[in-house]
Amino acid sequence: MVEHRPWNDIIAYAILTLGVFIVAFPVYVAVIASTHDAATVVGGRMPLSPGGHALENYYRAVFVGGSRTAPEPVGQLLLNSFISAIGIAVGKICISILSAYAVVYFRFPFRKTAFWIIFVTLMLPVEVRIYPTYKVVADLRMLDTYAGLILPLIASATGTLLFRQFFMTVPDELLEASRIDGAGPFRFFWDTLLPLSVTTISALFVIQFIYGWNQYLWPLLITTQDSMQTIVTGIKKMLVTTDELAEWQLAMATAVLAMLPPVAVVIFMQRLFVRGLVETEK
Amino acid sequence: MEKSAVFNRSKLLPYALLAPQLIITFVFFYWPASQAVLQSFKREDAFGLVSEFVGLENYQALFAQPEYYKAMLVTLVFSTLVAGLSLSIALLFASQADKNLKAAQAYKTFMIWPYAVAPAVAGVLWFFIFHPSLGTLARPLRGLGLDWNPLLNGNHAMTLVVMSAVWKQIAYNFLFFLAGLQSIPKSVIEAGAIDGAGPMRRFWTIIFPLLSPTTFFLLVVNIVYVFFDTFGIIDAVTGGGPAGATTTMVYKVYADGRLGGDLGGSAAQSVVLMVIVVALTAVQFKYVERKVQY
Repeated sequence: MVEHRPWNDIIAYAILTLGVFIVAFPVYVAVIASTHDAATVVGGRMPLSPGGHALENYYRAVFVGGSRTAPEPVGQLLLNSFISAIGIAVGKICISILSAYAVVYFRFPFRKTAFWIIFVTLMLPVEVRIYPTYKVVADLRMLDTYAGLILPLIASATGTLLFRQFFMTVPDELLEASRIDGAGPFRFFWDTLLPLSVTTISALFVIQFIYGWNQYLWPLLITTQDSMQTIVTGIKKMLVTTDELAEWQLAMATAVLAMLPPVAVVIFMQRLFVRGLVETEK
Repeated sequence: MEKSAVFNRSKLLPYALLAPQLIITFVFFYWPASQAVLQSFKREDAFGLVSEFVGLENYQALFAQPEYYKAMLVTLVFSTLVAGLSLSIALLFASQADKNLKAAQAYKTFMIWPYAVAPAVAGVLWFFIFHPSLGTLARPLRGLGLDWNPLLNGNHAMTLVVMSAVWKQIAYNFLFFLAGLQSIPKSVIEAGAIDGAGPMRRFWTIIFPLLSPTTFFLLVVNIVYVFFDTFGIIDAVTGGGPAGATTTMVYKVYADGRLGGDLGGSAAQSVVLMVIVVALTAVQFKYVERKVQY
């Protein structure tokens, strides 16, 4: 038995509480700033307790927009973020579950080649090929479209690898049994494999939703109209001005709104989130 | 590992199942990546009307640029600081949370949520707190006699970017360190305790060595994170400035090619980065034992 010293526990609690405080502090300040009026925030003497302008700030941010710098209301940007994040997550799941099914459950010429073609994409994130990818999307006339926001980001190997790994753990007897029952590839996929994959699909969805929601460089490049921006790129535009003019209270309200959906996903779907995070790294 | 029971009679179906992913991969991945390689050997005018083959000229120009070496140095300093700090802080927190505390689960929830905050948003939050004229913590810093101004002082800007990046990455490292710690058998630690080793000694001679696969895995992941995911932080906080003090290699690819500037040079930088990432990934696959149990 390891010795038990009370002071040891106290130190542990103290360190962790300090950690939680540091982790929460920047977000706390942002929430506070979003409840004060512009003068209080810009004055540099903002109190660390809530002010009385929360409703007004959030209403203006979501429905009206800033008066000077970012005229586009955040409501539209939130919608864009939701559409592209869900599009990326669902798109990735659909194409990768199908390709993993082909690679695991079929034998055909160039099977290994196909797998490697997909596998290599793990290595090169969009950041290293931004301008050529931009050009492809521009040539396909997908600038300022949801397809342009979504499609280039679903070309990745993580999903395929994850499903492949899961399918390998499914017992062969299941396939044999359903073949005896006369099921073909479609029935087996739909009636047996898909129901078994629900947890894997959900875990991947959670991770990819966060990934899609938090994209920055790509939406920044391919959106030229303000109304097609995502919320994460929109915040930066609110601050591109001289400091005195930036409406920080609205920018902070927007930042809080931009954090809320993915943070809620992590907190309320923690089990799936952790599972997805650990599995996609394997 | 291969399945023994498979569908043998379907000849075309597997290709149809693979088609969506392969098409998207070719259109948005292989085609642009090969264009980047091609473009790095070409020179193009700002409107993309004339382009000529110039061989290795773009690379020569790139490696003759003092700014490129500066970007390399910035990337090196930035990744060392972020990986070092976020790994050690996360290990400290994880080892405390591993001590069978009653509230460990609650602490875990409170620690991991910053993972969900977008890098660009994390940057904006920290920029707001440390903004030279209106930041909540800028005034106390100035009170201490420090002329704090990340907009003008390169070191201050770097400090701010590092803080934001570390803050965001602690969550991820914490989660994997905690999983690694919990997978260490209690019997080994008890054996150490019976032999008279105190908590510190046990940590450094038993726990830390057993944790090394996790640490190495996290090191590679953190370097990849610093290279690519911190783009949003840098763009939101400093825009690469002041005077290139926070322009990393990835940020320079973006900045040099922006508005059709130096596309050839930008593409050459992309190719250099691709080589670095491929090398990192190879190291990861060769040496990292991915046996992190959760």
